[in-house]
Amino acid sequence: MIPNATVLPISYIALVGSPNSGKTSLFNSLTGARQKVGNYAGVTVERKEGWLDTPLKNRIRIIDLPGTYSLSAVTMDEEVTREVLIDGLGSQGRPDLILAVADATNLERSLNFVLELKSLGIPILLALNMMDLAGRRGLNLDIKVLEKELGLSVIPIVATRKKSTRVLGEAIDGLVKNWPPPAKKIEPAPGTPRERLLARYREIDRILKSAQKQAVAPHHWTMRLDRIFLHPLWGTLLLYLVLGLVFQAIFNWASYPMEIIETGISWVGDGLGKVLPMGWARSLIVDGMLAGVGSVVIFLPQILFLFFIILILEDSGYMARAAFLMDRHMRRVGLHGRAFIPLLSSFACAIPGIMATRTIENRKDRLVTILISPLMACSARVPVYTLLIAAFIPNQVVWGPFRMQGLVMLGLYIGGAIVAFVVALIIKTLFFRTSKPLFLLEMPTYKWPNFRNVLFGMWERAKVFLVRAGTIILAASILIWVISSYPKAPEPLPEGHTTIEYSLAGKIGKGIEPLIRPLGFDWSIGVGLVTGMVAREVIVSALGTLYAVADAGEGSHFQELISTIRNRWTTATGISLLVFFVFAMQCLSTLAVVRRETNSWVYPVIMFTYLSALAYGTSFLAYRLALAWGLG
Amino acid sequence: MTRQEKKPPALETTLSQLRAGEGGWICGFESPDPLTQRFMELGLLLEEFVEVLHQAPFGGDPLAVRVRGSLLALRRTEASHITVRKVPKL
Repeated sequence: MIPNATVLPISYIALVGSPNSGKTSLFNSLTGARQKVGNYAGVTVERKEGWLDTPLKNRIRIIDLPGTYSLSAVTMDEEVTREVLIDGLGSQGRPDLILAVADATNLERSLNFVLELKSLGIPILLALNMMDLAGRRGLNLDIKVLEKELGLSVIPIVATRKKSTRVLGEAIDGLVKNWPPPAKKIEPAPGTPRERLLARYREIDRILKSAQKQAVAPHHWTMRLDRIFLHPLWGTLLLYLVLGLVFQAIFNWASYPMEIIETGISWVGDGLGKVLPMGWARSLIVDGMLAGVGSVVIFLPQILFLFFIILILEDSGYMARAAFLMDRHMRRVGLHGRAFIPLLSSFACAIPGIMATRTIENRKDRLVTILISPLMACSARVPVYTLLIAAFIPNQVVWGPFRMQGLVMLGLYIGGAIVAFVVALIIKTLFFRTSKPLFLLEMPTYKWPNFRNVLFGMWERAKVFLVRAGTIILAASILIWVISSYPKAPEPLPEGHTTIEYSLAGKIGKGIEPLIRPLGFDWSIGVGLVTGMVAREVIVSALGTLYAVADAGEGSHFQELISTIRNRWTTATGISLLVFFVFAMQCLSTLAVVRRETNSWVYPVIMFTYLSALAYGTSFLAYRLALAWGLG
Repeated sequence: MTRQEKKPPALETTLSQLRAGEGGWICGFESPDPLTQRFMELGLLLEEFVEVLHQAPFGGDPLAVRVRGSLLALRRTEASHITVRKVPKL
């Protein structure tokens, strides 16, 4: 498609609407895949913009402002919206046109916001969304009268329908053709914000009296479903069922695509290994970059599965109910009901979890949630846990179908979560005592999730994850490769030594040995911990390299590593390392995401410090206890 | 600040005192200004009828209330800022 060559009279359109108005859905329909995600300068609010191609081949930029109920700036999202609309977006100035999205099933409230927007003096095009649902619930609205009363062009739409997108595009074309639209000077209303709010309500009542012949009836299905979903017993059981489903998706379903990716990466590595000449370049590309990036891409299926479920729950309206049901538990440790989803997500990976804390309005609540999220046992720990448990925990039957190894695995998960809540409680009581959490949210009517929205959301999360985490991982992988390859070992290798001993990583490992000795770790584990900073599971491959385990096929390789460490380490060391991994902040990507999300180095530093101290302390304790138990 | 001057009649109470199935007319707010503003933006206005539809498990907190056709969730601490004239159960 060729964009219109003539210079457009407008620079960008701002998409504005309340949280459940279907704004994101409309943004997706209008811009398709032509969108990108960034951050607003100085704050953690995500900024989405895209390009709209109109029927007349105008290509216009649209910025999707965060969903807000008003311009009163209580939350960070509202502050951003308010700032863009009032002060403009940096050098780009204020938007030329506001595309306001209103929920036709909740006219009074959405129109109140529209009236507030009118006072800004920016031309507004009103998209009245969810007309299909409103119609089914009996809404009878005279659009012409509404237009006249509001003094705006009103376009009834269904955000997910192609026809609606076209009609909106045509309306924008019409505006652009006769730009600028006739200016209407609006006198700023007198009084306090609250008086203005109430005056707007009165105005809406007056307008709807003439424009609305029949109001929307309550959504009976929502009421019926809520009788089950919010029922103290059935609702709770159902929520646990949903949680079970999330776990199932992360651990079982995702394992198949993960295997495929793993095979694919090693296939590419083998292929490159054959093509590229022997030497440092091949080693850098295959062992450094490909292995490092591969260790990130491997988590993509889990992230996609997780967000698939999260987005369906969100789009259908269930998520607010989950927050409602979980609020009591979350509050006990001083957290918000909404913290529940980010923390649950952190079991897959702390990175999407931390990204999901955006829905928590209170900044302090959000920070606490971010700080404890790495304590949820993420999937990168699974290979480490699996290796250590297989090597050091006997697999005897404990009771019925339960075996020791499985129970220890479960214990590590539960242990991490319990400590997370204790830490949250400590942070809240010591540092954030004054914070009064606000739990006030709207529970939208239920609807079928829109498949396109879900796919878009997954695509967006995948992109953010790969780009943000991937760039850092790539850089760190190269660094780790350099320090574990140089300086080179002498040739021939002296008997009983490995090449890595001579490298910088080996020297670092030996350097930190006195520090980690009390935990029962020797220098080789030190190397594993250093290289494992890229990603936790890297320690597994690092140990493989260190102990020069022959690469004899996938399965047997792992078995060999298990027997090697069983021979080399004591059980006490194994247990100590296991405990260490429950707490240690062995993940650069998480720190990088925290830096991005909090827009400050303070929080990643705090996170790294407290988790390292916690890991060291508990690991030391575990080692001593295990020694006392006679496992030395 | 919008609390009524006269002594509350017997049925006047706060929203946080209501149980599932009970309702009342909003007659005042005792919340700090930004919170009151947020209540109003969500449709919790003076003289509106508000009805408690659900209570969360384990202690009945938070509440889910219906006002102006939409369903809102709020904690009892927040609901305690809203005074209502309780309507006897029908």
